[in-house]
Amino acid sequence: MSQILTIALSKGRIFKETLPLLKAAGIEPADDPEKSRKLILDTNQENVKLLVIRATDVPTYVQYGAADLGVAGKDVLLEHGGEGLYEPLDLKIARCKLMVAGPENTNFNGEQRLRVATKFVNTARRYFASQGKQVEVIKLYGSMELAPLVGLADCIVDVVDTGGTLKANGLKPLLHIADISSRLIVNKAAMKMKHAQVKQLIDAIGKAVG
Amino acid sequence: MSVKDYWLLPEGIDESLPAEAARLEDARRQLIDLYRSWGYELVMPPLIEYLESLLVGSPDLDLQTFKLTDQLTGRMMGVRADMTPQVARIDAHRLKSEVPTRLCYLGTVLKTRPDNFAGSRSPLQVGVELYGHSGIDSDLEVLSMMLETLNLCGIKPPIHVDIGHVGIFRELARQAELDESQEAVLFDMLQRKARTEISDWLDKRELRADVKKSLESLAMLNGSREVLEEARALPGFAAKQLQGYLDELGVLSDHIAATYPEVEINFDLSELRGYHYETGIVFAAYLPGEGRELARGGRYDGIGKRFGRARAATGFSADLKTLMRLGRFQSTQINEKIFAPVQNDPELMQQIKQLRAQGSIVVQSLSGQLETAADMGCSAELVKQNDQWVVQKIMG
Repeated sequence: MSQILTIALSKGRIFKETLPLLKAAGIEPADDPEKSRKLILDTNQENVKLLVIRATDVPTYVQYGAADLGVAGKDVLLEHGGEGLYEPLDLKIARCKLMVAGPENTNFNGEQRLRVATKFVNTARRYFASQGKQVEVIKLYGSMELAPLVGLADCIVDVVDTGGTLKANGLKPLLHIADISSRLIVNKAAMKMKHAQVKQLIDAIGKAVG
Repeated sequence: MSVKDYWLLPEGIDESLPAEAARLEDARRQLIDLYRSWGYELVMPPLIEYLESLLVGSPDLDLQTFKLTDQLTGRMMGVRADMTPQVARIDAHRLKSEVPTRLCYLGTVLKTRPDNFAGSRSPLQVGVELYGHSGIDSDLEVLSMMLETLNLCGIKPPIHVDIGHVGIFRELARQAELDESQEAVLFDMLQRKARTEISDWLDKRELRADVKKSLESLAMLNGSREVLEEARALPGFAAKQLQGYLDELGVLSDHIAATYPEVEINFDLSELRGYHYETGIVFAAYLPGEGRELARGGRYDGIGKRFGRARAATGFSADLKTLMRLGRFQSTQINEKIFAPVQNDPELMQQIKQLRAQGSIVVQSLSGQLETAADMGCSAELVKQNDQWVVQKIMG
């Protein structure tokens, strides 16, 4: 009856803040991912494994059933599209905001098309389209804040936590796109075929979230 | 990619080499025979037709369909991405039968985007449709056809069948008096089973308490048989219609459990796949280790309306290539391959003709050919012994 459940997580903040929730569901990893080089971590429960992968890969692993469950930021899910996934729980962790940021005098209503640097290309395009604006999106993989400083873009779309990096580079958060927090995501087929185990886990974690 | 890579096929477009093609063809014949034995008649809709008729039903089909302009009329044509609307057109407009009609089909479809990971854009769609009966009997028959199909393709238990009823959400949304945009928002959240979001959203709405509770529970009403009882007990499910839907699901699963005891049955009352065109019971088959369904189907009464005649309809379809990849299909053809020399000998020709008529494969040597029977992949050869042509097995 008891099948193996795999849960995909990313290292860092999400992992750290998910641990107490997993613990409330009786799951504790046998190794510390920050020290171990293993990509598949055993847990105190024989039939629960943790996969440690890049944050942006979590929806892909879960979508195709390589992991049954996962924890992914809403920013990543918005960008991915979330097709083929259930997202039953808002874990209310790793909270931040997805924002448009730029120099304070950024003109959003100019005649020129706005150039937007971001790693969230789909989300950025959708957001500006919903505002009735056609923009040029420039895909970058990191250090977005640099783009407006060197004239590569007029503004950026990125997640903002404390806003420290923006401030240090003379940029300001300007427009709010979405509130971000991490979600528990579930593969559709796993929800159906392992429903007893999956629902139990969702309930336990749901209670811990409050 | 440079233009010199002319051997390269477009992404998601594949072809079958002899071994796979032989298995596919064998399975195709057996499937059509199976459907015929249940009274399903084969139809062969065209590869391409005017766009409007291909897009009846699901709104997703528009994006999934390759389009081109008909040079003769200037109208848009589409390459079929799904054969279901075509078969519905045949039933509604061409056959015009008043009795229940059973049709089956098998053919290549083309999709602009693969619907799964590393997926094919040209699946080999196989399926059946039953028109003109609305009720549990036809749902059961079509679901049985799906299971028979999986079985024929050698897909072994544990097969999981997931059953839902799109009428449940439709009725609850009606009771809640949601307007179109509210229903769309809730629909999106339910599809993601976003429990937290649904609760937050419902809290902000002024709704009848019993309906609110039911909508809130709906996302998690999935699992084994007790889900039906759980739903039945909810005050928002008191409506006669909803109780009726739950009864239908119960009866259907009892029948399946009795006929196919090896199948695991799950219910998902918020399964809304195909909500825009499905109207009743929906179902899908899953296999452990596969993140996607293998086959799916359901009731979509009224699809024929656009073609001039609405008829009750239910059907299922699957990609035969996927089924063959996952199953252990047993080919019934175990023909011996025999190598024959090339000689102008009437007796030899007669013998070859006879062997071929009996079902053997006879490959004739070509003049000047030096390869042996074994080189040609044959397990036997025709040799002359005592003035008689006989089949001799090759040693080793």
